[in-house]
Amino acid sequence: MSSLIGLILMGIGLLFDLFGCIGLVRLPDVYNRLQAATKCVTLGTCFLLSGVMVSEGVSALSVKALVCMIFILIISPTAAHAIARGAHLSGVKLWEGSVCDKYAEDREGKK
Amino acid sequence: MRRLTLFLISFLTWWLLTWPYDFSSGQMDWQSFALGIFAAGLVSLLFVSIFTKSPHKLFILKRYLWFLYYIPVFFYYCVKANLDVVYRVLHPKMPINPGIVKVRTKLKSESAITALCNSITLTPGTLSVDLTDDGYIYIHWINVTSQDTKKATEEIVTKFEKILERIFE
Amino acid sequence: MLYNVFFGILLTCSFLCLYRVGRGPTAPDRTVAIDILGIVVVGFCAVLSLMTGKDFYMNVAIAWALLSFIGTLALAKHLAGRGFDE
Repeated sequence: MSSLIGLILMGIGLLFDLFGCIGLVRLPDVYNRLQAATKCVTLGTCFLLSGVMVSEGVSALSVKALVCMIFILIISPTAAHAIARGAHLSGVKLWEGSVCDKYAEDREGKK
Repeated sequence: MRRLTLFLISFLTWWLLTWPYDFSSGQMDWQSFALGIFAAGLVSLLFVSIFTKSPHKLFILKRYLWFLYYIPVFFYYCVKANLDVVYRVLHPKMPINPGIVKVRTKLKSESAITALCNSITLTPGTLSVDLTDDGYIYIHWINVTSQDTKKATEEIVTKFEKILERIFE
Repeated sequence: MLYNVFFGILLTCSFLCLYRVGRGPTAPDRTVAIDILGIVVVGFCAVLSLMTGKDFYMNVAIAWALLSFIGTLALAKHLAGRGFDE
């Protein structure tokens, strides 16, 4: 029973992973790609690790999977934040269909 | 006090990473245990200067209860965000309307702002780009509904701010 | 059998990331793709450790996640500092 629940959780996680990577390929600029890829792949891998935890039961492996899950939940948004800031500072423009860019306006104002 | 707290935290991390206790046989790996005590002592002697300035906050039980309440709220918004992104990615016309807006936060402490930015990044259609010293956060929004700072703040930040204030401030 | 399907999906994800690494018009695109690739490899390690029942694959996963995070931070810092276009 628990292995069935684990397999279902793993399947959901893998589907989210796949959709995140499709978003990485399809979306038009760096910031949108970051949005899709970070959210979907983070939650997908967390589902995958929790599926591993459920089907393994209480053991050293599942404790390590829990630690890995916490690490991923902390590091993935931080890395996305760093890349977005770096991309904007290095002068990558937003997609031409974008509505507004308050950050660039404020940076222009400071100069 | 700070050294002792750092020692406890690093020893707990060591414990979780190596896991010297075997569940099935109930045996303990004392060698790994001793090495863990040595490594945690070394860390607490050397790196106490980059640890948090107010360790007494770590021992208040109320914060952990609010944190337990925060987990399901965060999980709900996270799953919602993912379904939203999957819809936008798989839709053949890609209904996106992106832009960078500016929001204001009341939170002061560094850990609270870090947690807020990470939560914003993992929830529907938003990604924090940069933050200023006077409490403004620039957010990339995949579907901009209002460019005004106040309205955007209400829509993005307020729902997490109330809980995070009680956990980290 | 089911594990082969899992590995197939994860391999597809990796190849989509590699497509973005090779194609990406700017340097930040490539950085994003490498970051995501690191997290997909963590998923690989998790499935592998469940399949074989050996828990040291999970150690590999933790170390891989942390190292890929540090690499991404270094690349992002470099992007913020110098500003190179391609």
